[in-house]
Amino acid sequence: MKTILDLQEIRREFQMGTETVRALKGVSFRVQEGEFVTIMGSSGSGKTTLLNTLGCLDKPSSGNYLLDEVTIASLNRNELARLRNEKIGFVFQAYNLLPRTSALENVELPLFYNKKISAAERRERAVAALEAVKLGNRLHHMPSELSGGQQQRVAIARALVNEPVMILADEATGNLDSRTSYEIMSLMQELNQLQKKTIVFVTHEPDIAGFSSRTIVLRDGKVMKDTSNNRIQNAKEVLAALPLAEDY
Amino acid sequence: MLRLALKALKRNKLRSLLTMLGVIIGVAAVITIGALGEASKINIHQSLSSLGSHLIIILPNSADAGGARLQGANIATLTIKDIDAIQQSSTLITGISPDVQSRGQAINGSLNWPTSIEGVNEQFLTIKNMNIREGIPFSEREVRTYAKVCLLGQTVVDNVFPKGTNPVGKTIRFNKIPFKVIGILAKKGQNTFGQDQDDVIIAPYTTVQKRITATNYFGSIFTSAKSEALSFPAAAELSDILRTAHRLGKHAENDFVIRTQAELIQTVGNVTGLLTILLTAIAGISLLIGGIGIMNIMYVSVTERTREIGLRMSIGARGIDILQQFLTEAILISLAGGMIGILLGEGISLLAVHLLGWPPVINQTSILLSFTVCSFIGVFFGYYPAQKASRLDPIEALRYE
Repeated sequence: MKTILDLQEIRREFQMGTETVRALKGVSFRVQEGEFVTIMGSSGSGKTTLLNTLGCLDKPSSGNYLLDEVTIASLNRNELARLRNEKIGFVFQAYNLLPRTSALENVELPLFYNKKISAAERRERAVAALEAVKLGNRLHHMPSELSGGQQQRVAIARALVNEPVMILADEATGNLDSRTSYEIMSLMQELNQLQKKTIVFVTHEPDIAGFSSRTIVLRDGKVMKDTSNNRIQNAKEVLAALPLAEDY
Repeated sequence: MLRLALKALKRNKLRSLLTMLGVIIGVAAVITIGALGEASKINIHQSLSSLGSHLIIILPNSADAGGARLQGANIATLTIKDIDAIQQSSTLITGISPDVQSRGQAINGSLNWPTSIEGVNEQFLTIKNMNIREGIPFSEREVRTYAKVCLLGQTVVDNVFPKGTNPVGKTIRFNKIPFKVIGILAKKGQNTFGQDQDDVIIAPYTTVQKRITATNYFGSIFTSAKSEALSFPAAAELSDILRTAHRLGKHAENDFVIRTQAELIQTVGNVTGLLTILLTAIAGISLLIGGIGIMNIMYVSVTERTREIGLRMSIGARGIDILQQFLTEAILISLAGGMIGILLGEGISLLAVHLLGWPPVINQTSILLSFTVCSFIGVFFGYYPAQKASRLDPIEALRYE
């Protein structure tokens, strides 16, 4: 099986005035293709720094990081941008959709920065991605006309459209109620199990971890726990078991 | 790229329009002032040309005559010999006429009117661009035979003939000399300096010299260059001919002055040209301020869309992509503003010209210039904000609140 992520002794230090903040103090782990990994940790654990590194938005101070067998350290700003474009699909807590821009155009956006893809293909793939997240009937809706869960599904479609090797989700359920969170997790599981997408899900909610195949816990810039999950919960079942909105 | 920018502008219609406003006003002002300047120049040119744009006037100069300097009109230097000499040797003129003037009283029965009589030859009307409204002009034969005929200006007609009578064929007296009216001059109105050009009687110069002034010299000589462009060479040629005819030594002062209409047109043109340049410069400043407005809004826009920029970068936009996007928006704003400004400016200037009764002018240079300036403004004032956007750190931009 292919190794998608290979982190070797990743360190990241920031200079805050005269003080040196060491956010990551030697983090090492590998993620294989098709894994569904949650990265957990309290604030200050280095979670965000690790996410930025994994997302090729930031480069480690030392250590080696290979994404899909490409070494990040030697790449410049533009090459990193291309790597993000081709290999990573981001899903953010705040969805980060462009306002007053239709779902379809939002999903097309990553392909816009890939010169190899024609306008027709762009449209075709964006429609397919939206259909994959069950929003085929909401192509021309503006974000303001969609619910939070739907907006996040548009964002997931945007993350899928460039066929990345990894979906990188940053607190992707943080803004949603539990029902919608489970819907999103169910969608994530589906992508992982049916389409064999590699998913790295950064969160601080423990119940989210139950849906993944592996949990990495960070603490003070180090990996504290790295466990496989033998009893993966099925989000769809959890959703079904949830009492129907009694608060209405 | 263009579609993307268009969409971004459409998302913020009001703001885009307000941003454009600066450029619109600036360009409209430049166009309007340019066009009005051009139109006023043409208008002045036309009104001066109505006096004959090729016109050259030779006047006697108060040359040194034994210490005392005399007033030009009383100097007897310009005579028929000069006219003969010029007619023989000049190649750049088309017509020539002497001019003898005298003031006096025009009388018809009980009506009288103080006016002046101009003694000229048959070429005078052509040289001065004058037309006959009724009757006929006098010919070379009448000049040769000292005929007592005359042409009347409208002001004289109005004052010495009762309303409704046709003066042609009647006889009036000027300083007791009877003249038969054979024609009436077409109305010319006031000239640029406010003189009534219709308050005149025109008669053969021979008659005027013999009967009225009793002189054999001329107050001035009117001639016409073959074209406006030839005015200056023609003036130089005339000067040479006259110096020879008057036997002036190499270092002697000219005893005549040559004035060309082209000279006057040029002077007036220079003044209006200068005014136009000044006003255009002021309009240009407003265009500059419009550009600064664009820069301002683009800065605001970059700050406001920091998260969007962060997102775009995280999904693969390079710095140059972001730079291009914002630059395109800025150029689009200024070009669209420029276009609207051009239309508005043309509209205003055509309307103004129409109201003023000036000739309409579409000034291609100023349109082209505004267009170039607008693209330049877009690039120049859009670059800094765009560059700022392209240099954002995607991590910080994504988390920007």
